Amino acid sequence: MDNTSEYRRGLKHGIPICTGYIAVSFAFGIAASNKGLTTLQAVIMSITNVTSAGQYASLDSIRDGVSLVEMAILQLIINLRYMLMSTALTQKLSPKTGILHRMAIAYGVTDEIFALSVLGKGELKPAYSYGLITISVSGWILGTFLGAFAGQILPPLLIACLGLAIYGMFIAIIIPPARDNKAVMCVVICAMVFSSIMTFAPVLKSSVSSGMRIIIVTVIISIAAAIIAPVKADESVDAAEDKEKEARA
Amino acid sequence: MSKVYVYILVMALVTYLIRVCPLVLIRKEIKSPFIRSFLFYVPYATLAAMTFPAILMSDGLSLAAGITGLAAALVLSYLRKNLLTVAACACGAALVIQVLINVL
Repeated sequence: MDNTSEYRRGLKHGIPICTGYIAVSFAFGIAASNKGLTTLQAVIMSITNVTSAGQYASLDSIRDGVSLVEMAILQLIINLRYMLMSTALTQKLSPKTGILHRMAIAYGVTDEIFALSVLGKGELKPAYSYGLITISVSGWILGTFLGAFAGQILPPLLIACLGLAIYGMFIAIIIPPARDNKAVMCVVICAMVFSSIMTFAPVLKSSVSSGMRIIIVTVIISIAAAIIAPVKADESVDAAEDKEKEARA
Repeated sequence: MSKVYVYILVMALVTYLIRVCPLVLIRKEIKSPFIRSFLFYVPYATLAAMTFPAILMSDGLSLAAGITGLAAALVLSYLRKNLLTVAACACGAALVIQVLINVL
């Protein structure tokens, strides 16, 4: 297939991701304006980062004025999973794919785009990736703009309630797999309990920033889970398949 | 220039490096079961820690409204309702409770 039709195919397959992203980034935009970012700042963050959890976690850290090193570590931990996705994607590409194509594809490695890219039949063509990225990231940016803009004009009570949307989405992402997999359920419960302890415990409460709390909880719980309940080789691919079904639903 | 843009730049750099390094440098699969398992669990631990207890402590919402939103999200996601339904119902449930509290 030639590049144009591969690109079109990517655009078409990316439509469900796009609509999903508009909703999630709308919630992010609301939260961003709630925590003091301007609409322009929120939109630039979405264009340059394209990551829901990482962007959302950064809001408290920006407000608290944490060090740049802490911000870098926070993003590293939260977004570390993309490393696994990129390593999987690199094997779907023809070995002849040039470094510029590889660098461009890297920009759009997100859970959903990865799921569609890795599960397609045969080699992954850069043009197909560009189609997926174009439509998905457009949705991501549009939603951010609408959310941040709405955050400036809607009444405070409504904004406060809409602020729960992003948490609702996070819960909708983690609970169904937790229902199917006991180890994931344990990870979710332990992380919530651990995070609560660090939020309310007398000394920790004042000395640990919210970003640092997320880093500590994530690293300790994930290492413990990896030791106690190692994952079989194909399980991470199953998770990607679930994401793809979700995206198509 | 606001310091926010410096933060955004650092975030973008770190996140891009995570994505680009394997694509450009690695041509083999990560074999270590420990690293694979660790990376598999990271998103669940991160999202759980980000959500709880923060969902109960939103600015402008009472604890009761937060708990209602959380309960709605937990029940509906357990029933495998889609992302949008879960998020919308969590917001709606919290709104109803908060309005009731404000009126009473």
